[in-house]
Amino acid sequence: MNKLTKTEKTNKSTESENIKESLDDTDMTIALAGNANVGKSVIFNELTGSNQIVGNWPGKTIERAEGKLHFEGQNIHVIDLPGIYSFSTYSMEEIVSREYIAFEKPDVVINVVDAAVLERNLFFTTQLKEMNVPLVVCINQIDIAKQKGIVIDTGKLSAALGVPVVATVAIRGEGLHELMEAVNSVAHNKSENKITTLEYGAEVETRIKSLTNRIESENLNLGYPSRWVAIKLLENDPEIRKLVESKAKNVVHYSYKLAKEIENIHKEPSFSVIAAERYSLANRIASGAQKQTEIEITFSERLDKIVTHRIFGYVTSAIVIGGLLLWTFVIGTNLSNLLSDAFSFFTPVDPQVSGTFVAILWNGAFGGIVAGITLVIPFVIPFYIMLSLIENSGILTRVAFMIDSAMHTIGLHGKALIPLILGYGCNVPAIDQTRILETRRERLLASYAVTFAPCAARTIVILGLVAIYVSVWWAIALYAIDILVIFTLGRVALKVVPGETTGLIMEMHSFKIPSLSVALKQTWVRTKSLIYFVFPIYILGSAILQGLYAYGVLNPVNYILAPITVYWLGLPMITGILLVFAVIRKEFTLLMLVALFGTHLAGVLTPTQFIILALVGMLFTPCLSVLSKLALEFSWKASGTIAVANFFTAVIIGGVVYRIIGLF
Amino acid sequence: MSNNEKLSANIEEYLESIYKISQSEESVKTSRISKDLGITAASVSEMLKRLDKMGYVEYSQYKGVKLTGKGLKIAKNITRKHRLLERFLHDILKLKDHFLHDQACEMEHTLSDDAERALCQVLEHPDKCPGDSVIPACDLKFTTCEECMQRQEEEVNEVGKRHENLIPIMELEKQQKGKVSFIRGDYKVIRRLLDMGITIGASISVIKIAPLSGPVEVAIRGSKLAIGRDIACNVFVELIQD
Repeated sequence: MNKLTKTEKTNKSTESENIKESLDDTDMTIALAGNANVGKSVIFNELTGSNQIVGNWPGKTIERAEGKLHFEGQNIHVIDLPGIYSFSTYSMEEIVSREYIAFEKPDVVINVVDAAVLERNLFFTTQLKEMNVPLVVCINQIDIAKQKGIVIDTGKLSAALGVPVVATVAIRGEGLHELMEAVNSVAHNKSENKITTLEYGAEVETRIKSLTNRIESENLNLGYPSRWVAIKLLENDPEIRKLVESKAKNVVHYSYKLAKEIENIHKEPSFSVIAAERYSLANRIASGAQKQTEIEITFSERLDKIVTHRIFGYVTSAIVIGGLLLWTFVIGTNLSNLLSDAFSFFTPVDPQVSGTFVAILWNGAFGGIVAGITLVIPFVIPFYIMLSLIENSGILTRVAFMIDSAMHTIGLHGKALIPLILGYGCNVPAIDQTRILETRRERLLASYAVTFAPCAARTIVILGLVAIYVSVWWAIALYAIDILVIFTLGRVALKVVPGETTGLIMEMHSFKIPSLSVALKQTWVRTKSLIYFVFPIYILGSAILQGLYAYGVLNPVNYILAPITVYWLGLPMITGILLVFAVIRKEFTLLMLVALFGTHLAGVLTPTQFIILALVGMLFTPCLSVLSKLALEFSWKASGTIAVANFFTAVIIGGVVYRIIGLF
Repeated sequence: MSNNEKLSANIEEYLESIYKISQSEESVKTSRISKDLGITAASVSEMLKRLDKMGYVEYSQYKGVKLTGKGLKIAKNITRKHRLLERFLHDILKLKDHFLHDQACEMEHTLSDDAERALCQVLEHPDKCPGDSVIPACDLKFTTCEECMQRQEEEVNEVGKRHENLIPIMELEKQQKGKVSFIRGDYKVIRRLLDMGITIGASISVIKIAPLSGPVEVAIRGSKLAIGRDIACNVFVELIQD
């Protein structure tokens, strides 16, 4: 059964096969597990360096990061599991993690724990113990705990849990060597993990044992440890119940009977009894191993007062978001100009070419590379560096806290702000980041909103057309219209896509001083996956379009689109093809215009036409990379619907604004 | 409930009105009640004096009126029935909005506790009335809605009622501590809250409430959580007196 599930899984995705091949020569596999935001990814990056592959779990839109590490002559395969709080079936991440640990049986699981909130983290540790995996507990961020007056005795903790415990400060790399030594010795000498079971209160414990024996005697071969299955059955976990029901109905009936008994004793549903007991277990272990000295009001708490203040909170939120965008624009525009100049030294980026077929294709492909580089290096990289710094400092959770009620108007909660902000850099990774939301519906709604966030490329068009040729105020007005559009259409989408809205439950971590080297590493990982995805599309797409254009295949497009461009939007005929090109590369709208007419655009377009062209370009069908990303994450249907919806949105709003401006 | 304590519909209406006004205003003035119930100010203040004597409110001519623990309990219960009935009239009978309030006012005084429980189950434990006001928690000795469903065969008088008043966490004042006593919602919501440490019996306090009906930041189990208002209005505590 075990093996079967395993092969099924790998067959589902060729991607994971490739990863497996490249990791064939591994001596051991370790997995990082723990709550969200405890420094798991930092440890993962520190351990694997740039030796990592970021993909998806087979058939799921959940990130699967894995990498390689050499330690004492061994090749170690490291998997970074999603950050979760429990092994229930509340989210896809939880299911993915528990199936991975149960079926693929890593040699060691490193449970990364936030030293400052030990009790909450140990709640998850107790569940890992129940999964019967060789475990090493890594108490991370002991420096922050110390600032809060918390001192942890790792020896006592280790004795209580029956597994090795190592203290670390991952962002400075402290304790990681000791961590790997502990992992190594557990992997080679599994007896270091004592088979102590963490026991619940007597009424619950006897029933868990009784059900465990029953499961064992039935020989169900479920892949999960029997005790864990027993607990899950008493917790009324729907997935596990289904699984057991398919093999032995009587076990499920027996579990109902036991659950009923627990309920009668505690006057509380058994799942809630078990959760409470598990937390009190975590509390006992935590308070036995930690000492809380005098709490003084830390700088972190004082800062917290300001950033979530009823007035200053909004001011700081605005500064954080505005500052991030401003930083990106200022740095981006300067770098972009420099780079474009450098490239035009080799070959002008000119979509209008003639010559041999190969030359045209080459020119197109080269244009794609240039577009990619001039976008990724100046805009995306600075954006990610700053975002990582902001993210790691903990301030973004405060912004999400302040902005939650506004996000509710479009059926999302505060956390959705993070992908939305990312969308201002590039929509593709922003859609990636919607993974922090709980349901597929919310991810789709957030992704839809993201497609309207004017990314760096669209910013170039807005700044290049409107700010330069009309006025900065009109450029700002376009951004204001954009926010209005996001919220209005977000509400419409909410009505179209039915389903329940999940509310916000978010841990508020302490502030940390972000580390630049961690931010740089994160930026590299994020950029790398973007490059793999975006560059091929850019290069191939540009080459094909150039070919079509050079052979005049696209000329009729201007005529076909004339009713929309000329009559409805009041734009010149040539803009038809500009908008088609914008689907490949957003900034093409501007680049082609310059290529066709030179920089004296003021003679070609009226101020109103500049505004309308930029507005339509901003709201228009997203570019190909975004569309294929949407298809990858959701479906081609969702992607196509968004493409069509955005097309009409842009045209309708463009036409209306055109007529409103005409009134003055 | 003994006979002499049995409340006339009139008293219930008063307590309900005071409760409703106290939700949005700092102090409840006689004139506001008079406006809300359409009764002259003189009669209102007459009645408030009687309610004060009966121990349902604390009333002084100048400071306005405040519900006592005993009065609050009745006020919440009748408000709950009122809002549940509005949901029922709106969702199931599809009555037009302008009928809802008056019809619910008529029915709320005669709705028995067992009927109230059944109504709540049929409506799948709603947390808000059609006008978007939060429905107070049920007074039965249940810890979750799941439990109420499981113990179907027991009647209300077998289950018993709480003595303490249940308070939704966002109504806790700073420095006040509560013991999580009731969570409203389906398995998924409850499960998620339990996993995050909001278990029955856990002690919880409010650190901060974001403006514009934003989330509530709470301290629980040595850590801080931000909980959206939609979820926070389903987590109820009993006050822990220091």
